[in-house]
Amino acid sequence: MQVKIDHLTKKFDDVVAVSDFTMQFDDGKLVALLGPSGCGKSTMLNMLSGILPVSEGKIYFDEDDVTNMPPQDRGVGLVFQNYALYPHMTVLENIAFPLEIKKVDKKEREEKAKEMAKLVHVDQLLDRKPKELSGGQQQRVAIARALIKKPRLLLLDEPLSNLDARLRLEMREEIRRIQLETGVTTIFVTHDQEEAMSISDKIVLMKDGYLQQEDGPQELYDDPANLFVANFLGNPPINNLTGYIKDGYFVLEDDSGRIKVNNENAKENQQVVLGIRAESALIGTKEDHDLEAIFDQQYTMGKEELAFLKIGNQQIRIYLSSDYKFQKGDIVYLKFRSKGVYLFDKESGVRI
Amino acid sequence: MAKDWIKKFFIYLFLTIGAVVMMFPFYWMISSSVKTAAEYNSFPPVWIPKNWLDFSNFVKAFQAAPFATYFLNSIIVTGSSVLLTGFITILGAFGFSRLKFPGKTILFSFLVAFMMVPFEMLVITNYQTVSKLNWIDTHYVLVIPFMTSIFYTYILKNFFDTIPDSLYYSARIDGASNWKYLWRVMVPIAKPSLVTIMLLNAISSWNSFMWPQLVINSDRFRTVPFGLFAFMSDAGSDTQLQLAAATVSVLPMIVLFLFARKYIVSGVARGGVKG
Repeated sequence: MQVKIDHLTKKFDDVVAVSDFTMQFDDGKLVALLGPSGCGKSTMLNMLSGILPVSEGKIYFDEDDVTNMPPQDRGVGLVFQNYALYPHMTVLENIAFPLEIKKVDKKEREEKAKEMAKLVHVDQLLDRKPKELSGGQQQRVAIARALIKKPRLLLLDEPLSNLDARLRLEMREEIRRIQLETGVTTIFVTHDQEEAMSISDKIVLMKDGYLQQEDGPQELYDDPANLFVANFLGNPPINNLTGYIKDGYFVLEDDSGRIKVNNENAKENQQVVLGIRAESALIGTKEDHDLEAIFDQQYTMGKEELAFLKIGNQQIRIYLSSDYKFQKGDIVYLKFRSKGVYLFDKESGVRI
Repeated sequence: MAKDWIKKFFIYLFLTIGAVVMMFPFYWMISSSVKTAAEYNSFPPVWIPKNWLDFSNFVKAFQAAPFATYFLNSIIVTGSSVLLTGFITILGAFGFSRLKFPGKTILFSFLVAFMMVPFEMLVITNYQTVSKLNWIDTHYVLVIPFMTSIFYTYILKNFFDTIPDSLYYSARIDGASNWKYLWRVMVPIAKPSLVTIMLLNAISSWNSFMWPQLVINSDRFRTVPFGLFAFMSDAGSDTQLQLAAATVSVLPMIVLFLFARKYIVSGVARGGVKG
């Protein structure tokens, strides 16, 4: 099912949680609503589920206007961050509960619940109570319960944040597998960019209730619309060097170096930020380099080293192959690739 | 090591003293119920009765007053009180915990403040009301005035408040109504708290003395506590008979308590933390 939202706004008294959103979620896709806490992503999810009333704007499921439709009529499945399993019911009863409410007869609903349990791999645990399950298992049960009534839309609120690191990796792949197997249109909320990047077809990045950018994970990473997007995606975070434009060059704010920029939109004397992905800075030579930096320290990340360098009074992180051995204070010649280097207006953050 | 041992010794010593102090009245009641009049009235007191299997006091006690009727009345009154009060408490607690309506907090504060009004203050107005309704000497008069309890509603509301909102929303999305959610999700989860409330209610209803004394005039509607009163006369009292009757009258409550024990402990523990 395709979800369309049209100028959607949510206000709590004077606070605007979601501001004038217009966008579209495509049928059968897994979409991540990504943003820092308080950005309105959960509010958005709750409006889609119908728990929260909408202040302004419309929500359409395919051609149906569901803006004022009560949650139970929308045909959505929702998985809560704390899973919200009923503690006094067994796994089987929990999964079958939505059908019990629909007055499906006992034999049929148990059959369907077992089918669902098999899909999410909890068919060995049907007689257990939720407190006897691990976090990952509870999560699976919650997903099965959300899927049993064949929802048109599956919503997941921070589905991985209550799990430890190893389970998180496992469950995010599981969520992807279940989503692909059922083909249900799925929207999930997360504050973890890695989670969003790894499994979603599309990422919707939000900040302070505003849409920042929506696109595929790789497109978002390669082509950020503004400084916030560039900073939010990627680990280690992108390097920011502040400076200004002079004679077609980016000049560091303390005038300690400059780089030729081929960007006709950049205006003379404009205050700018140069964003450089860690993997886009290579080691050059004295004859062929863009900037000179001073080596400070380095950390081992397993397959490579992460080096901290100083450029004037600013800092930059780059990947370093273990072939290089630098000492603190050594001069490092940096050569930037064209991919992964962006120029942003300092004040507005907009990409130039 | 030695310090631990001493600490443990004192902890158990005090626990033992406490237990003995608590248990002694029960021991005295049960042991005296099988004593003869001479044994009971002798000085120094007889701690251990000669014949534990002498049930003649029980027989005499049951002949002294129509205890069968009293028991039946007590069971009717306690049973209906527990069910009705329980039902109303559940609905009230759900309303105050889950529903949204204007003035909810203020209304609830008022109700909680009313808990400070002692029962004795209400006796006169309650008496006037029930006599106008012609309820004197009925079963209604022992049940209906106590159908709502702010205290029980308060306890249960606090418990309901600890149930996460997400369960409610999840049930709503699945199509459950408030009513369905209450009985299928909230009530089963609140079972420990609910059992505690019902048991407290049963005990207070079973032991209630002052109010029945005022509004019941005929043997047909009298309850067990009144029966215990029958052994007192101007010529003194047959205390050993009274204690035999008392032993029988507390039995149902003790049995009830033993059955519900596992819920009571968790109910009090969980309700207490939230305060």
